[in-house]
Amino acid sequence: MKTEVAVIGGGPAGLSAAIEAAEYGVEVALIDENKKAGGQLFKQIHKFFGSGEHRAGVRGIDIGNELLEKSNKLGINLFLDTIVWGIFEDHKIGISTKNKSDLIEAKKIIIATGAYENTITFHGWTLPGVVGAGAAQTIMNVYRVKPGNRVLMVGSGNVGLIITYQMLQAGIEVVGMVEFLPEIGGYLVHAAKIIREGVPIYTSSTILRAEGNESVEEAVIARVDDDGTSISDSAEVLDVDTICIAVGLRPRTKLSEMIGCKMKYLPDLGGFVPQHDKNMETSVKDFYIAGDLSGVEEASTALEEGKLAGISVAESLNYIKEDEAIKKKNEILNRLNDLRLGPFGRMRKDAKKELMKDVN
Amino acid sequence: MQNIRIYKHPILGELKKQKKVNIFVDGEKIEAYEGEPIAAALIASGKKVFYRTPKRNEPRGYYCAIGVCSDCIMIVNDRPNIRTCVTPVEDGMKVETQIGKGRWEGIE
Repeated sequence: MKTEVAVIGGGPAGLSAAIEAAEYGVEVALIDENKKAGGQLFKQIHKFFGSGEHRAGVRGIDIGNELLEKSNKLGINLFLDTIVWGIFEDHKIGISTKNKSDLIEAKKIIIATGAYENTITFHGWTLPGVVGAGAAQTIMNVYRVKPGNRVLMVGSGNVGLIITYQMLQAGIEVVGMVEFLPEIGGYLVHAAKIIREGVPIYTSSTILRAEGNESVEEAVIARVDDDGTSISDSAEVLDVDTICIAVGLRPRTKLSEMIGCKMKYLPDLGGFVPQHDKNMETSVKDFYIAGDLSGVEEASTALEEGKLAGISVAESLNYIKEDEAIKKKNEILNRLNDLRLGPFGRMRKDAKKELMKDVN
Repeated sequence: MQNIRIYKHPILGELKKQKKVNIFVDGEKIEAYEGEPIAAALIASGKKVFYRTPKRNEPRGYYCAIGVCSDCIMIVNDRPNIRTCVTPVEDGMKVETQIGKGRWEGIE
């Protein structure tokens, strides 16, 4: 089949891009591997940060429902349960759905495949009971099942902090959190909530090993010295059945690499990231990116970047006049700037600048 | 102690009523909600080991819960390598711990 724009990935960035383009009258197909679009939004039961125009105070789950409703109203062609397995010349996308393959041809393609969770390896890390933090969040917030009864959280970035709090809300005991660095990684307002609940955060500490016969029965943690070596004398055994790994994310770049996008290695954005210009277009003409794929940030930035990509494709297909597009894009860029404040935001802003240098 | 369902939640409210069905896990009947991922029903029943690795026979359970890592693959209705974290429960389903590589002989 043919469409004007195909969006790959229906998380906050992809949905937002699809909606924005469709609002200008563009014909959009949105492809997602899951049975429901929305990406990780439906797991995010916490309120978003920032100011009102960044949807602060609104829960991810509510934003997700709102976006799905909008995409329905706009008649976006949804391809759910559909995996993209390749992109070919002439803008053809290979898809697989219900064990059948097909091709979708689009004039413009927006890739919004999000990110993968990082992991760390330690003795016993493959045992059942060692899970990604995202997995724990999915199991408890979407499927309403406790991932475990006594949990050790590894990593104190915002993901680790927020999911720890969500575990407490779900009635799960979190026995502690280890953070390799000397300081808590995420926002202190999140940390304060779990400290108030009595969860100890062990900084300058790491997990040494997971013990257990067929699944996790114990976790051994230890302090690390200034050069990052673990101090075995300080080892402490924690009685846990679950070890949650929250050590960051990296862009899910496979499709963008496949089509030959120029990449840059920027640790502040999660590792190798496809480069893009101010319209979110990559070094490969007609291919755009948005969201965590273009640098791991937050859902609120993904929503804005998606809009930017959506307006850019609408403009390039002559659905918006140039002056209106410029005005809209500037509004979004201002909001993105506001989202990249503070020490963490500043680092990401600088890294983004670097990413956008010499795209072509 | 077995893991349990979260019936009450301060943000999400009461767990809504869903249709209960039975599935058969390694021959044992367990209760599940229709349409939830097989993995969710298994975790709720206390099952931890979903799969064993081909060479070392090591146990594996779910890890990513979003269909990416393949640690939760099992034999479902005689088909091997089914990602249980993204496959919905159907009434009467036969679910078996997968030992090593899946066997495809005799499967359509």
